[in-house]
Amino acid sequence: MEKELKILKYSDLPKMIEKFISQGYPVLAPVHKGKIVEIEYVQSLDSIALDVLLSTQSAKKAAFPKVEKVLEYTMNKAGVVQHPVDPADSKETILFGVRPCDASGFKSLDAIFGEGPSDQFYLSKKEKTTIISFSCPVADEYCFCTSVGGGPGNTAGSDLQFTSVSKDELLVEILTEKGKKASRIFADLLTEANSAIDKTKFIADVKVVFDLDSVVAKTTASFGNAELWLEQSLRCIGCGACAFVCPTCACFDFQDEQDTKKGVRLRLWDSCGFSLFTLHTSGHNPREVQSQRWRQRIMHKFAYMPEQLKVVGCEGCGRCSRACPVDMNIKEHLTAIREQVTV
Amino acid sequence: MEQQNIYQPYLMEIEKITEEAPMVKTFRLKFTNEEEGNKFSFRTGQFGEYSVFGEGEVTFCVASPHTRKGYIECTFRQAGRVTAELASLSEGDTIGFRGPYGNIFPIDDWKGKNLLFIAGGIALPPMRSVIWSCLDLRDQFKDISILYGARTVEDLVYKNELAEWKERPDVHLVTTVDPGGETPDWSGEVGFVPTILDKMIPVSENTIAIVCGPPVMIKFTFPVLEKYGFKDEQVYTTLENRMKCGLGKCGRCNVGKVFVCKDGPVFTRTQLKELPDEY
Ligand SMILES: Cc1cc2nc3c(=O)[nH]c(=O)nc-3n(C[C@H](O)[C@H](O)[C@H](O)COP(=O)(O)OP(=O)(O)OC[C@H]3O[C@@H](n4cnc5c(N)ncnc54)[C@H](O)[C@@H]3O)c2cc1C
Ligand code: SF4
Ligand code: SF4
Ligand code: FES
Repeated sequence: MEKELKILKYSDLPKMIEKFISQGYPVLAPVHKGKIVEIEYVQSLDSIALDVLLSTQSAKKAAFPKVEKVLEYTMNKAGVVQHPVDPADSKETILFGVRPCDASGFKSLDAIFGEGPSDQFYLSKKEKTTIISFSCPVADEYCFCTSVGGGPGNTAGSDLQFTSVSKDELLVEILTEKGKKASRIFADLLTEANSAIDKTKFIADVKVVFDLDSVVAKTTASFGNAELWLEQSLRCIGCGACAFVCPTCACFDFQDEQDTKKGVRLRLWDSCGFSLFTLHTSGHNPREVQSQRWRQRIMHKFAYMPEQLKVVGCEGCGRCSRACPVDMNIKEHLTAIREQVTV
Repeated sequence: MEQQNIYQPYLMEIEKITEEAPMVKTFRLKFTNEEEGNKFSFRTGQFGEYSVFGEGEVTFCVASPHTRKGYIECTFRQAGRVTAELASLSEGDTIGFRGPYGNIFPIDDWKGKNLLFIAGGIALPPMRSVIWSCLDLRDQFKDISILYGARTVEDLVYKNELAEWKERPDVHLVTTVDPGGETPDWSGEVGFVPTILDKMIPVSENTIAIVCGPPVMIKFTFPVLEKYGFKDEQVYTTLENRMKCGLGKCGRCNVGKVFVCKDGPVFTRTQLKELPDEY
């Protein structure tokens, strides 16, 4: 659909959130939780952390929760009874106040969960999520969205995007039919915008640090470059934090939980950084050392996904680097691949 | 509208348990819901996720041939947590099965050819499925030879079926056990699979070789096949990597860009050579 532009007053934001909630839409948004910023359900604008650049956690949990029930069953003498879990059992939700890299991060998950037999647990939640992103007025040294095809004002994946254009006004871009539908809920708060308004004036300037095609080509050629991966991963302790905060990481595990008669099977986030991830029962491990696991993380995003799913599995949000306890920095690592590897 | 849950297994009743060897059992599984069973079909080479409710899932190939309907079989070695739980179950108990997943042995392309099956240890299950699938369509193929080796006589699985194949005039069966693994009345060969293969002087002309077994066996078997003129595209094998989803989503079974669960588990040696060292 053709994009529509409107203006919303900052002072009307609380009303907008109230309207969503009173009309029965749960609202997920960044929330301060001690030292970190989580994505949580909110009841009013007050609790929303609009002052931070990026939430610690990505927004992926709106459609891919950390823990999710995929089976439920009871066991008795006669056997097992499954109680069907409906993957589409979720509510239409507003995901509010996230960044463009969060919104566009869903395209990796869409590709992984949508490919082949589709995962309706993810897809139906995603389908029912309306994403209202805020463009970024500032960025930090970890951000490299513009090097991976995104940007601080990128609208891909967003249904609505808000840009702060003055002390008290937000420019509202209505980008999709879903966005249009959500905007009707607070239509009375919207006024017409001047179509000549130049959004770029209000967003951060994020320098391109590497050429993506070249990084993809060089990463693709680097499987056997053991030295490169070792050098990059020497510090890595395999804690998996990078994958847990990443908007595009989709790896998961299943675990059963049961008491004597009832049980559930849960799907949980997992990480290719964990040493047990690929360990066979025999003790054999195809990715035995951390450098091979680091290679997997980078190659999956920058070599395998581009080739198999036609999407680069990184949004340049820099979350993995901010979260890493030993200061691994993906932007530097990718730049190093770009500079050191010759193909 | 209710959407399909791709992680929901079929319920299966354990109809029959056969003790194959120490720690190795075969389960014959029947669909609890007959209608689901009638609709179900698979092709030889495919695998599934078998679940013990409350414990979790494990990956086994379907060990029965696709030419036989109404049930599936799996043969498994008790290895860790879930397989231990599975081994403790009895006939009549219920387990889950998701599948079939993965690619197939392209037996339709093998029509009119000689088939040479080479299996070691517990790797006979995937082989047994393809062997019976071919034997059930016996007139489509020329000579069928089977070389099967285990550590000891006791470790040979499918002892009844081995006896049956031995009797059949249209199957050439060679069994072997590792040196020291023989019993006084053992009438088969003694020696490692690659050595015995060499003694068999296999004919590569118009032959497909299917090799399944532990990595060392495979490593030493390939050069013998090469010596007798087998080209890479005439040689098939299967890969195992740890799996969870079986559907190319959970992200752990890949060898480079190839997902063993959906692009495999069956590979030709040509394909294998293109894969990076990650299995
Ligand atoms: C395509 C394929 C076909 C297989 N076919 C057979 C077969 O026919 N018979 C047989 O006995 N074994 C087979 N295996 C190996 C079998 O899956 C493992 O022995 C089994 O998963 C061990 O599970 P556990 O719970 O007892 O061990 P644990 O160590 O307790 O398992 C922990 C987890 O790791 C997973 N896991 C561990 N090792 C492997 C592995 N090598 N492959 C896949 N998942 C693993 C388990 O599923 C489980 O989720 C096959 C594996 C693959 C990939
Ligand atoms: S967060 Fe850092 S230490 Fe932890 S697995 Fe990722 S790169 Fe390694
Ligand atoms: S890999 Fe790091 S920078 Fe890229 S999307 Fe994931 S968390 Fe963000
Ligand atoms: S088993 Fe999950 S991706 Fe292959």
